[in-house]
Amino acid sequence: MIKVEGLTKRYARTVAVDDISFEVEKGQIVGFLGPNGAGKTTTMRVLTCFLPPTSGKAAIAGFDVQESPQDVKKRIGYLPETPPLYPEMEVIEYLDFVGQLKGIARSDIKSRVDDVVERCALGDVRTRLIGKLSKGYRQRVGLAQAIIHNPDVLILDEPTSGLDPKQIIEIRELLKHLSGEHTIVLSTHILSEVEHSCERVIIISQGKLVAQDSVANLTNRLRGSEAVCLEVEAGPNSTEVQRRLEQVSGVSRVVAKDPRDGQLVFECESLQGRHIRADLARSVVNAGWNLNELRPVGLSLEDIFLQLTAAEKKDSAKQDGGTK
Amino acid sequence: MRNVILICKKELKSYFASPIAYCVMALFALIFGFGFYTATRDFVKFSFQAQMMGQMQPMNVNEQIIRPLLGFASTVALFLIPMIAMRLFAEEKRSGTIELLLTSPVTDLQIILGKWIGSLLLYLCVLFMSIVNVAMLFMWGKPDLKPVLVAYLGLILQGACLLAIGTFISTTTRNQIVAGGVTFFVCLLLWLLSWFTAFDSGGFSQVINYLSIVTHFENFAKGLLSIKDVVFYISMIFFSLFITARAMESLRWRA
Repeated sequence: MIKVEGLTKRYARTVAVDDISFEVEKGQIVGFLGPNGAGKTTTMRVLTCFLPPTSGKAAIAGFDVQESPQDVKKRIGYLPETPPLYPEMEVIEYLDFVGQLKGIARSDIKSRVDDVVERCALGDVRTRLIGKLSKGYRQRVGLAQAIIHNPDVLILDEPTSGLDPKQIIEIRELLKHLSGEHTIVLSTHILSEVEHSCERVIIISQGKLVAQDSVANLTNRLRGSEAVCLEVEAGPNSTEVQRRLEQVSGVSRVVAKDPRDGQLVFECESLQGRHIRADLARSVVNAGWNLNELRPVGLSLEDIFLQLTAAEKKDSAKQDGGTK
Repeated sequence: MRNVILICKKELKSYFASPIAYCVMALFALIFGFGFYTATRDFVKFSFQAQMMGQMQPMNVNEQIIRPLLGFASTVALFLIPMIAMRLFAEEKRSGTIELLLTSPVTDLQIILGKWIGSLLLYLCVLFMSIVNVAMLFMWGKPDLKPVLVAYLGLILQGACLLAIGTFISTTTRNQIVAGGVTFFVCLLLWLLSWFTAFDSGGFSQVINYLSIVTHFENFAKGLLSIKDVVFYISMIFFSLFITARAMESLRWRA
């Protein structure tokens, strides 16, 4: 549905997006992840024909953004970072205007407006002035605007920014409902966002594509080893416990953490592909200590993200060093 | 065409949803009413005097009231047009709604035309305020209708032309004040150009003189409809709207 090849966007002094390629299948929800200033918004703007690429190609539903922008624009719904609202209009009036702008036939407009008002739960504010709405409602009006013409592709730039947790959950639900018929690309710098609502992640940092995969694969791929957190009841000497844990076969590293409520806390990592939980427990119990807790520590998307973007930084630092 | 009308309607609506429309219309009505009062008062005074001195030559309402009054209106318009044009694109750029327009299936030209026509319609509403006064002259006097119509056509063309220039200036900035200020100075400059060349008839100053908006309005004010002046205004409108389109394109490349 979306195809991007070697996309580069250069501004006067900076390269915002550097040779990015990816594809999105029909009906997928893809999360576009990256720190602030990574080039997410720029990429989205190219996809929506707002900005032309410096080089490379982007196509939506087979239409190139530069060659046939009108065909692309008909098929996309776009919610920019700040929802594009006219404060002096009423909600209904605004949606009616956008609907016509998107080329909905006059006879269908009313039913489409009613539909999105219901979907985005805007019933209470139908005739309120947009300028008087709260941030959460504005965001929803923005979303309603993006889906009013039933576009094939939805492009949402930080759809949940500035919303309270309840509203975030509502938006997530809405996105899930939409995902079947629409292809959705959403950008965010909040990682849990992606874990919750996306099937695939595209991570970019400093304009470069760092990784793209399904959420599950990405977590697996980066979690080479198992990590376990142990709590041992105080009594024995910390270094003694650590030494003992290190001797368990398959353990690559043991880190003593700060004691909690008088409990000694350790984090153990296994070698690639080894299961160490049972052995760890046995070793502690055999030594006559009380094992209070033993739980696996999953590598969250957060860690992955940090690892990836940090690696990126190291690389570029090396390159900079090389050129100097 | 449907898109042009749609955008034009939206523009008009937002003019009337904000104080701008009322403000501009009220200011114009006030100033024009003041000019009208002064012109008619003097006219009445002079015609009494003329009668008392036994000169029976009738005085001309067209020459002595309507013509200077509409000339005055054209000057007032120079000041009001920046207020109308400044928000056209600057506001959309500031609030980010320009992203909605540019990512919707409408062409740049449709957006520009819609906005320009919208502002032109507001300008017509402003001019309409003066019709009340002029109509009074028709009720109690017998002025010629034709030169009045020609003068109004001139006012409309001059306004359309300045609005097109204002539209262009509004695309270049996201700050309404800057857009308004620059438009005002450009209007002023185009008006003053005729002064620089008042006593010089060299080739260069003739070119400068030709560019002055006011020189072309003079004939309309006299009731003379000359193709030359109409062509001037229309070509200025085309040129301004053309560079507006170019400016919008460059906006995308630079943004």
